[in-house]
Amino acid sequence: MYIATFLQDPDFIRSLYIVAFALFIIDLRLMNHPRTARRGNVIGAIGMGIAVVATLLIESVTDYGLIVLGIAIGTAVGIPAARSVKMTAMPQMVALFNGVGGGAVALISFVEYREALAIGANPELEALIPMLLAAIIGSVSFWGSNIAFGKLQEVLPGRPIQLPGQVFINIGLLLVCVVCATVIASGTESEGLFLLILIAAAVLGNMFVLPIGGADMPVVISLLNAFTGLSAAAAGLALDNVALIVAGMLVGASGSILTLLMAEAMNRSLANIFKGGFGGGGTAAADSEGKSVRSTDPADVAIQLAYASRVAVVPGYGLAVAQAQHTVRDLAKELEKRGVEVNYAIHPVAGRMPGHMNVLLAEADVPYEKLREMDDINPELAQTDVSLVIGANDTVNPEAGMPIIEVGSSGSVIILKRSMNTGFAGIDNPLFYEENTALLFGDAKESVQKVLKEVEAL
Amino acid sequence: MDLLTELTILVLAAFVGFEVISKVPNTLHTPLMSATNAIHGIVLLGGLYLIGPAEGFLNELLCVIAIAFGTINVVGGFLVTDRMLEMFKRRD
Repeated sequence: MYIATFLQDPDFIRSLYIVAFALFIIDLRLMNHPRTARRGNVIGAIGMGIAVVATLLIESVTDYGLIVLGIAIGTAVGIPAARSVKMTAMPQMVALFNGVGGGAVALISFVEYREALAIGANPELEALIPMLLAAIIGSVSFWGSNIAFGKLQEVLPGRPIQLPGQVFINIGLLLVCVVCATVIASGTESEGLFLLILIAAAVLGNMFVLPIGGADMPVVISLLNAFTGLSAAAAGLALDNVALIVAGMLVGASGSILTLLMAEAMNRSLANIFKGGFGGGGTAAADSEGKSVRSTDPADVAIQLAYASRVAVVPGYGLAVAQAQHTVRDLAKELEKRGVEVNYAIHPVAGRMPGHMNVLLAEADVPYEKLREMDDINPELAQTDVSLVIGANDTVNPEAGMPIIEVGSSGSVIILKRSMNTGFAGIDNPLFYEENTALLFGDAKESVQKVLKEVEAL
Repeated sequence: MDLLTELTILVLAAFVGFEVISKVPNTLHTPLMSATNAIHGIVLLGGLYLIGPAEGFLNELLCVIAIAFGTINVVGGFLVTDRMLEMFKRRD
C-alpha cells in the first residue's frame, strides 16, 4: 500500500511533470542539428509518455475504460495517418494534427465549464479567464487548421475567398467572443453563452483562413500551431497543470518565432498576409503578351549540364509532385562523376513549408551538406554555369514580391515545367522571357529521366 | 499553485521557447514545426484529468473525443516527425 500512496502523492506527480517538460526542452534543443534531431524527437516522445503516465496516477483520474477507448481511437487514427502520408502531403498532415489539438483544447474548456456549473457556480476568475481564452483560441485553431488542410489538399480552392467587408466581419466575430467572455467573467452563469463563444470563434477560424491565398498557407499553419500552443498553456492555467503550461508556452513561443521567420523569408508582413488576397492571380499576365519563350530539348540540356563546371539545382513543389527527387539525385551523381560540382539551392519556402524540400531531398539520399540555403548560395550563382530549375516557379520569380533564388545571374537557366501556367502564387514570371532562359516542357520526372539518359550517352 | 507562480512559469517558458528555437537552421523548419505540433498534444492530459469527475453522457463523450483528438495529435505528431528526421541520417 505504501508504494501506491507514494505514486499518488501530488508532489511525486508534479516531479514527473518537471522531468517531462525538461525532456521537451532537450528535444527542441536537439532539433538544432540534423544529426541529433531524431534523437531529440524520441526524447520528446519519452517526455510525453512520462507526462501521460503521471496524469494517470492522479487519484481523481479514474474511468480507465473511457480513457482506453479515447486513446485507442486516437491511436487507430493517428498511426496509420502518420505512416501512410506522402512526404509531399506533409504540410496538410501537420495542419490536421494541429487542428485536432486545438479542438481538444476547446472541448476540454467546455467540459470544465459545464462541470463547474454542475457543481453550482462559475469557476474562480483565475481559472475562468484562461478557460475562456483557451476556448476561443482552441476553436479558432481547430477550424482554421481544417480550412488550411482543405486548401492544401485542394478540397477547397487555393485562391483567396473573400467577402466584402471581411475585416469588419472578423472584428465583429472577435467582439462577439470578447463580449460574451466578459459577460461570463463578470458573473453570469450561462452554458449558452459559452457555446456561442465556441461557435463565433469557429466561424472566425474559417473566415480568417479562407481569404488567405495558397502561397501564404505555410505561414498560417505555423501561426495556428503557435495558437494551439498558447491555448494549451491557457488550459494549463485553468487546470493548474504545470506540464501543460510549460509545454504549451514553449510551442506558443517557438511557433511565433517560426511564423515571423517564414513571413520574413517571403518578404511579407503578417498584416499583409492576413489582409488576404495573395495568390489570387489575375494581377500580372498582362505584360507578358507578345513576349516569347525559348524551349529546348533533353539532349541540349544534357550537353549544357555535362560540360558545366558548376550546376545549381533549384527544386520546387513540382519536383515533389512528380516524385522526381530520386531521379534528380541520379542525375546529380552522374554529373558529379564527370567532375561537375552540383549544389541544391533551397528557397526557405520551397515546397509548401520551410524545410519541406530538404525533407524530400533527404528522402532521396541527397547529403544535407549539398542543400544550400538561399542567402548562402545566391552570391555564388554568378559563378554558376547552369541553374536547373525543376518544378519551381514562385521561388525564382522576380515579380513574386519576396526574396528569391537569383538564378538569373547564372550563366544560363534551364526551367523544367509542365506548362506555361502561373505558379501557386498566380503571378506571371518574367524570368521565362529572359534571353539566357530555356524551358523544357513536360513532367518533371520524365524530363529529368530523359536528360539523364542523354548525359549517360555522352 | 497560486496564479502569480503560474504566470512566472509561463513567462520563463516563453523565453526558453524563444531561445531554444531561434537557433534552428532552415533545413529543419518543417520537422521542427511538426515536433512542436506533437508537443502541444499534451492537451491530452486535460482530457484525462477531466474524465474522472465528468458526469453525464455528454461530458463523458466530449472528454473521450478530446482524449482521442489529443492522442491523434501526440501519436501522429511524433511519428510523422520521426519519419521526416529518419531521412537526415548520415551517409558515408
